[in-house]
Parts: sequence; structure tokens; C-alpha cells
Amino acid sequence: MTALLSVQTHLPASSPATVQPSTAAAGPALVALRRDLLLAARHRSEVLTALTFFVVVTSLFPIGIGPEPELLRRIGPGALWVGALLATLLGLPRLFAADHADGTLEQMALSPRSFTLQIAGKVAAHWLLCGLPLVLLAPLLGLQFGLDGDVLGVLVVSLLLGTPLLSLIGSIGAALTLGVRGGGVLLALLVLPLFIPALVFGAGAVEAQASGLGVRGHLSVLGAMLVLALFFAPWATTAALRIAME
Amino acid sequence: MRPLHAFRYAAPATFYPVAGRWQPFFAGLAVALAIAGLGLGFFVAPTDAQQGEGYRIIFVHVPASWMAMFIYCVMAFWAAVGLAFRVRLASMMASALAPTGALFALLSLFTGALWGKPMWGTWWVWDARLTSTLILFFLYLGFIALQAAIDDPRRADKAGAIVALVGVVNVPIIYFSVRWWNTLHQGASVSVTKSASMAQTMLWAMLLMALAFWMYAIAVALARVRNILLEREAHTEWVQHAVA
Repeated sequence: MTALLSVQTHLPASSPATVQPSTAAAGPALVALRRDLLLAARHRSEVLTALTFFVVVTSLFPIGIGPEPELLRRIGPGALWVGALLATLLGLPRLFAADHADGTLEQMALSPRSFTLQIAGKVAAHWLLCGLPLVLLAPLLGLQFGLDGDVLGVLVVSLLLGTPLLSLIGSIGAALTLGVRGGGVLLALLVLPLFIPALVFGAGAVEAQASGLGVRGHLSVLGAMLVLALFFAPWATTAALRIAME
Repeated sequence: MRPLHAFRYAAPATFYPVAGRWQPFFAGLAVALAIAGLGLGFFVAPTDAQQGEGYRIIFVHVPASWMAMFIYCVMAFWAAVGLAFRVRLASMMASALAPTGALFALLSLFTGALWGKPMWGTWWVWDARLTSTLILFFLYLGFIALQAAIDDPRRADKAGAIVALVGVVNVPIIYFSVRWWNTLHQGASVSVTKSASMAQTMLWAMLLMALAFWMYAIAVALARVRNILLEREAHTEWVQHAVA
């Protein structure tokens, strides 16, 4: 609550740009984005938890499977992608929980500004805090699996396209399971099957590069799915949030 | 007043006795068709030249797979109707169909494994169809689990509707991505599509079984929707009358 108050007093002073006509359309999204980033800056450990989880999970694969370099190079892309997927999933329950608990979410829904855009801003913040660090860390972990330079490049691009997709799809699940008994496990059950296409094309792109095939097809499909999700997911998430708050 | 007439059966008090009258009819039809289909499939249809007697499980397997996919679409349709027009009965219909759909998906996977062991020498391969049926099964489980976790029936209906709609948009994407993934990893894939054309009796047996499963699904969904109605409308007068 204190964090919320301080954010509210902090916002008008530092964000006059968001209400200017040029950015007025995206204004609600930017305000929500800025607020979530600020809140995260006050609780840094939460961001680091998901990142640490990613490192630990991907390190478990070699331990479980064996240290042969050839084998690790084979499973590397898949292991890193599954790790990123699970780390994203881990951050999802917190996406709306705190705002739901203290009533901020209801205020957002009641405000005259577009609720959908505010939610889009929150999802963008979630990706910046949860997805982008994974993208940046992935090449380092890829080295552990013995992936080459150009393969690492494709890994970064595929994660750059894929992690926002995961955040967008995941936000629907997070909204649906808001305040529901056993929400965390339920969220995984709802969202993981929907993550499969992203996994197929994301890990597929990296593997295609490793085996010398073209990657453009995979990345194009991944990009197409991202555009589709950008268009539809905030809408579905908003509908689910309104149901949760009835 | 045609529209009024059409919506008359959406009222729980009218629907309950009507469903009760039709339900035994569909159940009887399901049993009769299943007996005919299984009889034709097991005793009349010729032995397959390549697969021997083991192929006969397809008379259960193929219709079950069809139903698993089809029921998901029907479920999403009713869920959408319930969400858009606020017809509670439609949402209840979606909830009533979900367990049957999940059952057919499981039956399809199970009979597929039984068929795969003698034919392919393995219980499971990561074939595109098997994998996408498995994912479909997970989608059903997600829908059922979400509805079970929410106490308020109205919220459960609406949340379930969103899951069903998001799922139905994703089903083709998942199917094609799994197929692409499968053709990329040639290793384990075994083609399920048969080259030889099917004998006429086999086709008839399969169609009869598909019809039997349809009737079964309708009968079970009606029975289940009646129970849901009683549960949710327990406070109303007509339920007191119906139960008494």
C-alpha cells in the first residue's frame, strides 16, 4: 500500500509527457507500464527470482541427462526454451494478484481510460521484467550447452519474438485464475498447452539453424503468432478480468 | 412470435422435463447402434490383409477421435452462446459436454496405444495426431479444472467460456504446429494414413459406431445437464416439484 501511494504521488511529477496529445492514445498503457516498472524497482528480488529459476532449471538438464557435449548441443535449444517457458509461467500469478488484492485493478476498470490499454501496459511491464532478462541471459546459458555463435544469435531472436507471446497468452490464464482456489497449478494446466506452438517454432528455429536449415520460416510464423496475440490477447485478458471482478 | 418459441426451451423449467423425455430415446438409440456397429465390425467385416484381426479396434478408435474433436467445437459453441446471449442453459450445456469430450479423447489415446503396440511395436509414438489428441485432452482437463475451482456458477460459466473460446482458436494452430514439428523430426513418425481403400462393410461399421457415439454423447450430456439444472436451481419451486 505504501508503495502504491508513493507511486501515485510520484507519477504526476515525472510523467507529464504521457498526457500530451501525441501519446494520448497509448497514454493509459504507458502509465500502467511505468507504474509496474516502478513497483518492481522497489521489489527487485521478485525479478531476480524468475531469472534464478531459469538458470537453475536449465542447469538441471545436463545433470539429469549427462555431460556428453554432443548430446547437450542436441537438447540445448529445447532445454533453454522449456526453461524460459517455465520461468515465464512462474511470474504469471503475480501479474494481477497484488493489484487485485488492494483494489487497484477495480479502479483501473472503473476509470474512464481504456482498461484494455492499461492491461496491455501491465503485460508489457511483465515482459520487460520477466521476459527480457531471460532473452539477455539465454546466450550465456547457451554456451553451457555448447551452442555456436550464430545459433546463439537465432536463440536470442526466437526468444525475443517468443517471450512476449508467452506473456500475452499467459496473461489470459493469469486473469482467469485470479483469486481462484489452487490458482498456480490451474494456471499451468490452462496455459502450458497453449504455449506449445511457441515452443515448437521457437526451439525449432534454433534447431534449424544448428542443423543448417533456414530459420526464416520458423521466425516468420513466430512473428505472425505474436502479432495475432498482440491483437487478441489483451482483449481476452480484459474480459477475463472483468469476470473475475464481478 | 417465432423467436419467443425458439427461446422457450432455454428456460430451465421447460427444458428439464423435455430433456428427461428425450434422454432415454437417445440412450436407446446409442445402445442399438453400438450393437449393430460392433456386430458388423467384429463379426461381419473381413480380416485385414496386412493388420490381421487387430485392426478391429479402429471401430472404436476412429469414431472416438472424431468425437473428441467435434465435441470441443460444440462445447465452444455453447459456451460462446452462453457468454454472448447470457443463456445459462447454454453454459450448462458446455459444462455438461466437457467430461464426455475428455472421455472420448482418453478413449482415443488408449485404444490408439492398444492398436500401436501390435502394429508399430510401441505403445506411443510422437506422431502429429497422437500428440495433438493428447494436447486436446489437456485442454479439456483445463476447462474442467477451472470450472471446478470456481464456486460461483456464473463466474465459472463465463471463465470457462473464455477458456473454451481461446482453446478453439488455438486448436488449429496447435494442430499445424505439431504437424510441422513432426515432419521436421522424421525419426519416430509412422504414417497413420492407410493407403489401401477400406472395404464397404468396414466403412459402414465405422459410421454406425460414430452415430452410436453421437447418440451416447447427446444422451449423457442431457442427463448431466439435468443434474446441473437441479443443482443450480435447487431453490426454485419447479425443482421442489420435480424432486418431490
